[in-house]
Formats: sequence, C-alpha cells, structure tokens
Amino acid sequence: MHGLINRAIQAFVTSTYGADRWEEVMEEAGLGFTEFEAMLFYTDEQSGRMLAAMEKILARPLPEMLEDMGTFLVSNPQVEALRRLLRFGGVNYVEFLHSLDDLPDRARLAVSDLHLPALELVEQTPQQFELVCQPGLPGYAYVLMGVLRAMADDYGDLVFLDHSGTQGGAEVISITVVETKFAAGREFDLGAHSL
Amino acid sequence: MMTLQQLTQMAGVVCPMYVIADPKGRIVSAGPTLKKLRPQLTWEGRRFFRVFDLSRPRSVRSVEDLLRTSGSKLHLQFRDAPQTGLKGVCTPLPDGQGAFINLSFGISVLEAVRDYDLTSADFSPTDLTIEMLYLVEAKSAAMEASRQLNLRLQGAKIAAEEQAFTDTLTGLKNRRAMDHVLRRLIASGREFALMHLDLDFFKQVNDTLGHAAGDAVLQQAARIMVECTRQSDTVVRVGGDEFVMILEGVLDTARLAAIAKRLIQQLEEPIPFGAQTCRISASAGTTLSTWQKVPDPQQLLNQADLALYAAKRAGRAQHCFYREGMEKDEAGPCSSGESEPRQAAGGPAS
Repeated sequence: MHGLINRAIQAFVTSTYGADRWEEVMEEAGLGFTEFEAMLFYTDEQSGRMLAAMEKILARPLPEMLEDMGTFLVSNPQVEALRRLLRFGGVNYVEFLHSLDDLPDRARLAVSDLHLPALELVEQTPQQFELVCQPGLPGYAYVLMGVLRAMADDYGDLVFLDHSGTQGGAEVISITVVETKFAAGREFDLGAHSL
Repeated sequence: MMTLQQLTQMAGVVCPMYVIADPKGRIVSAGPTLKKLRPQLTWEGRRFFRVFDLSRPRSVRSVEDLLRTSGSKLHLQFRDAPQTGLKGVCTPLPDGQGAFINLSFGISVLEAVRDYDLTSADFSPTDLTIEMLYLVEAKSAAMEASRQLNLRLQGAKIAAEEQAFTDTLTGLKNRRAMDHVLRRLIASGREFALMHLDLDFFKQVNDTLGHAAGDAVLQQAARIMVECTRQSDTVVRVGGDEFVMILEGVLDTARLAAIAKRLIQQLEEPIPFGAQTCRISASAGTTLSTWQKVPDPQQLLNQADLALYAAKRAGRAQHCFYREGMEKDEAGPCSSGESEPRQAAGGPAS
C-alpha cells in the first residue's frame, strides 16, 4: 500500500488520539518502525498489521475509524491540500460526484505510483446516486464515505449516505442529495495556493 | 446567415476570452472572462491596440496587419497594470467585417487566476486550465512530501555516516574515517605528519584487571590524544590499542618529537580504575607526507609502522621517525628527532 495512504492513517490517528497511542499501535503491529514515509511503498501485509493493531489498541470498529479518517482528510487544516485538490473536481457537489470517476487517474497524475481502485458513479435520479467502488484497497469505501460526507459540508449541501453492501466484489455507497446550498459552504479560491 | 449577436453568444460559451474588432480597429464585442479582467473598462468602441500591446509579431499595427497573421500565434499584454501576458490567435470575419481574436493566459495563468480571482466558471469546460491548476497543486503537494522525505533521509544519512566513521568505545575516528581523511588530504595536495602510536603494557591491564579496566584505559588514552592535538587534527583508533594521528601542516620534526614526548608522558600518568590503578606507556613512530614524492596512504602507514617498531625495539616509551632503508635494516638505530633535525625536502635519509 502506498506510503501516502499509510501516512494519512498515521496523521489521522496521531491528531485524533495522540502520538502516544500511535506509538502503541505501531508497537502492537511490530513492524520495527513507528513512522510511515509518504513517498515510500509498504506491503499490504504491513498495512494490514497496522490496521489490525489500530482496531485492537484504539478499541473501535475499523469501518467507523476509516470513515472518520475520510472526514479528517477533508476537514483538517493539516491536510488542506487534499481538500483543495478534491474541490477542483467541480463547482457544485453533484459535479464533484461526477468527477470521482476521474479520481484514480487524477491521483496518478499527481503521484504516478499511487493506484486507487476504480470508482463509478451511477446516476439514478438527479438527487439519487450510487457510487460503485471496485475492490483492491480494503476499507476504501468507508474512507470514501467520510470524504463524501465532509465534502458535502464543504459545498454546504445536505446529503444522506449509506453503505449499501457489495455487488460482485465491488462495494456500493448510495448517495442522496437532499438539499443543495443547505448551509454556507467553505470558501474555495482557485488560485489561493498557486505558486 | 448568422448575426453578430448570435456569434457573440456562441463565442461567449465556447471561448469566453474572445475579442471582435472592426476593420478600423475598434472593439465590437469581448467575451465575459476577458471583460472580468478589466471590469471598469467600457470595451465596446475602444481601440484594440490601445487596450493591448502586441509584443510579437512586432510589425502588427492595424487590423489589416493583424489579419495577415491569421492562424499564427500572437503575444500580447495589457497596456495598463497588471500587464498580464496573453496568447492569441486571429481569424478574419467574413466580408471584411474585421477580426475575431481568441485570447488565453498561456503560462501566466497561475498569476492571472490569483490576480483576477477567477473561478472554474470563467473557463470553458473544454479548457484545460483547471486541470493544469490541479496538476500544479498536486505536484507541489507531492514535491513537498518528497522534500520532507529527503530531509529526513539526509539527517539519517549524516547520523549513519557519523556512526560509520566513529569508534564507539572512544569516540575517536575509525579506520574507515582515516582512509577517507588520508585520501582527501593527498588528493588536495596538503602536507601532514602521520604518527602511529601503540600502548605499552595494555595487555597486562586487560589480563589482570579485566576488560572494563582496559576500556577505561582506552577512553582515557583517547582523551589525552585529543587534548594533545588540535581540533583540525585527526585521531584514529585503528586497532585494539593502536592509534594513528594525522597532523595537517605539522612538518617540523622537533615539534613532532615534542608532541610525541608529551603524549607518552601523559599516557604514563597512572589511571585510576575503581580502587585499582592502571599504568601504561606508549611507543610512537612518525612519517611525513613530504618524504614521498607521491604520497600513498598505504605506504605512509607502513612507514609509520616501521618507525613505531624501531621505537619499540629501542625500549618502551620511545618515539622514532621513519628513515629510508628501515624496511631492510631491522636493527637500525631510532631517530627521535630531538637531537638530529633533518631537511624535510631531502627525505628521510640517514
């Protein structure tokens, strides 16, 4: 699993539970190190051991923590860059949802060896969508749930999300956009971070 | 036939930074994004060449000139500040009605988006500007992560090198470090003395008082050698109780002999270890890099070693300089350097 993903989990645990708890997690995982490097690569086995240790030490179901991590990735100022990159996807939430089809390609444009599972948005009605998340990265759908929830807040839309099981190995998230411009979203300035 | 109004409506969607100029050079219409760059300006009726300065091709002064460039790349900028650079292409309107010019930011898009507070709605959906901005940010974020990793690796590398070049017991340099220093000094043509020092009676300390006492003696010996030399000199532990000192720029044999004498005297001071007292001494042999036409690290070490053994043979607590012929002449006399100053340039002939 790419170092960026491992590092994101580390950032989430450290900032939510504290650096001490992260050290406990890594001690439990027994990988021989405590810090993941964002630009290195780790085996799935290493990442798996870290996730299992996280569930044991922090004593919370993994899906729940992964969803929180997705929210953390978008809403924490520490990782503002990611929110901005996602906001480039569209001027409103529905356009953003449609841009998720391109997410794996966009990720690869930025970091060529970062492979994310394919996503497919199925539009059922203009307010009702299903996001089909192909297998390849265990727990990815839960992280996406958190991301989708936080991005709805970012655009100021009211959205219902539900993990509606699997379809032939792929996980499905159903998305209902209840109200657009439900609340004031966060500012997004195209050029704010340009060089 | 399409009306001007229909044309501007279409152009506003497809290329929102267009300008239409009549044959006299007056602007007839401009796209919404272009207008956003100069919100105070009344575009219609203004002279095209009063708003824009054409930097390439230089010769273009009129719409007539402009139409001759049809299809090729134009470089323009606003005449007033901010003088944002623009790229453009011109094509004639039918029936000599003037010129249709489409503009874009080119590489200045990053500043433009910031300066004019543009949003994705200001660009045509087929325009790759948003993708480019995305890429710039994504690459900056990825570069930053890489840079952080490089910084950490650099720190780890320095620490590892430090460790790889240090003798952990005494904190002195190790043999690897010595090879490195010798190579560097020789490569840069600097002159130095190389002193090989061996502790006497160290084995007895180790055997009678144990390894802990031996370690304490080595640490004390290392301290003495560091104190008797300059910061810029290199003190190396090359083996169990063997040390090498590299003294850069010290070529005066009398001075070297004095350093050796002081070292040996201080090493002979009793070293307390718990309730016990350890007593050692030392022998030393020295050679100079200037005694070889082309100094070679291995040969210099060998010469210092020969001088050291001559010192040992002369009785303990002695210091000798290398002398030519020492290789064969096993029982040769030891030259301490105190009584017989030699000409460095002439080499160590006796």
